Amino acid sequence: MSNAATEYTLAELCIVAAAEAFRHDGEVLATGIGVVPRLAASLAMKTFNPDLMMTDSEAYLLSEPNPLGARGDDFVQASETWMGFSRIFDNVWSGRRHAMLGPVQIDRFGQSNTSALGGTYQQPKVMMLGARGFPGNSISHPNSFFVPGHNRKVFVEGECDFVSSIGYNPQRLPKGRALADVDIRLIITDLCVMDFGGANHSMRLLSLHPGITTAQVLENTGFELEVADEVPVTAAPTAEQLAIIAALDPHNQRAYQIKDNPPGDRSGATG
Amino acid sequence: MDKQMTAAQVVAQLSDGMTIGIGGWGPRRKPMALVREILRSDLKDLTLVSYGGADVGMLCAAGKVKKLVFAFVSLDFIPLEPYFRQAREAGELEVMEIDEGMLLLGLRAAAWGIPFIPTEVGLGTDIITRNPQIKLVDSPYDDREWVAMPALKLDAALIHVDRADARGVCQIAGPDHYMDDWYARAADKTFVSCDELVDTEFFRDPAQARLVFWERAVTTGVVPIPGGAHPTSCSPLYGFDVPHFKAYAATAKAGGIGAYFDEYLGASEQEYQQNVGGLEAIRAIALPTY
Repeated sequence: MSNAATEYTLAELCIVAAAEAFRHDGEVLATGIGVVPRLAASLAMKTFNPDLMMTDSEAYLLSEPNPLGARGDDFVQASETWMGFSRIFDNVWSGRRHAMLGPVQIDRFGQSNTSALGGTYQQPKVMMLGARGFPGNSISHPNSFFVPGHNRKVFVEGECDFVSSIGYNPQRLPKGRALADVDIRLIITDLCVMDFGGANHSMRLLSLHPGITTAQVLENTGFELEVADEVPVTAAPTAEQLAIIAALDPHNQRAYQIKDNPPGDRSGATG
Repeated sequence: MDKQMTAAQVVAQLSDGMTIGIGGWGPRRKPMALVREILRSDLKDLTLVSYGGADVGMLCAAGKVKKLVFAFVSLDFIPLEPYFRQAREAGELEVMEIDEGMLLLGLRAAAWGIPFIPTEVGLGTDIITRNPQIKLVDSPYDDREWVAMPALKLDAALIHVDRADARGVCQIAGPDHYMDDWYARAADKTFVSCDELVDTEFFRDPAQARLVFWERAVTTGVVPIPGGAHPTSCSPLYGFDVPHFKAYAATAKAGGIGAYFDEYLGASEQEYQQNVGGLEAIRAIALPTY
């Protein structure tokens, strides 16, 4: 890591860590919903996986990711085909897609919730979006998650209040299918990177962000994690990666994605 | 055949308890003028099928909705639709919560006259456990189980388009026609409001005809209402009205839907448009950047 940057924000660290989710995907549609996932997918496409496909978040596929936010009247996006919402489903159901999304709850099975919290199903305490496309995404193609605030409200002790997406839950396994058919890739949070590569598809700690301890992660997770004896530190962004991210996000929307926009290295009062 | 009619004539063809599909997506190209005409009517007990936005929120808040078939209800930049949220949190709504793609499949099944379309979407999730009316079926060709997504047959579809002629040739000139063609085909009657009424000759240009997504026999009625999608967008003519949606959402915190209706709804679309600054102001709303 000779050219690792020393000054970077936590959001930038998460973008770089999340981009790794798309590294070996080949030619699939990379869908990052939200600023950090979108920048992660865009960074991957601009660097180590140029074969990725990406939409303009409206109705076209692009051969170059669009920068976020207002782009000026003379900006011409690099459209390559029409990709309206009905055609998105043709792509989703073919499996040639990897989405990175931010559900409100995730449980030990990797099931997630975007729909409702608390109360009863007929009368939830907090109604959110609804299941959206999560059921179809989760059974059709690989998915990753970004969680800007890693805590026990997100990583819940029991099952999600509403299961919007299929996970590695033997109780819910459809007839004729295997748990291995579910394909949840990386979970990037403000504390760490995880996956479901533990025993029996349990969640596993892959790396800790600089200055974060395993104990902090465990305290903020409502279920057990598989933790190796030595957990590596999440790789810092390179100067080149930071420059590409800055160009993709000229209005610095990334500064507003994690509470108080902390620095990427929290290993002490370095001022 | 001249299919022109007024919004009031459309609503006169609807009745209590009907299943009504509403085209568009979230805050984008919703037939809001037709929705407003329902809000002014005494229609009730409706079942709505929608990729929902303020269409769903307003109709729920006005007590028009018995049941909602949905995958989401959102204003996008305001993620949680405030009045839909209130209706759900009050326990008022009967719901059929499904995946976005399942909704598409349900409309296709209805359009094609088949009882269901098999899919793996929904397996392993609460879509199945919370919707006992959605059955799982065995395949005659493999050993897996599949979701039998039932046809979502609509009594009526309401859609807003950029342009139409009086015979029901409808053009969606924005970048996406969403699932509107499937709403149109899934319905017994399809009522379309349009921003511009054009002569049939307009479509002789193949580039214009290419933007027509269903054939005119599918269209029951055409209602010329310039600006009729406001406060949602009708790209490329106008974007969605961010300040208006913010004001709408604010009434959910203080004042209630009554305050919103008092300030904006009016007794007619003319009054509504005066209350929101007029057609020129609507057409001047910038398109969103995604």
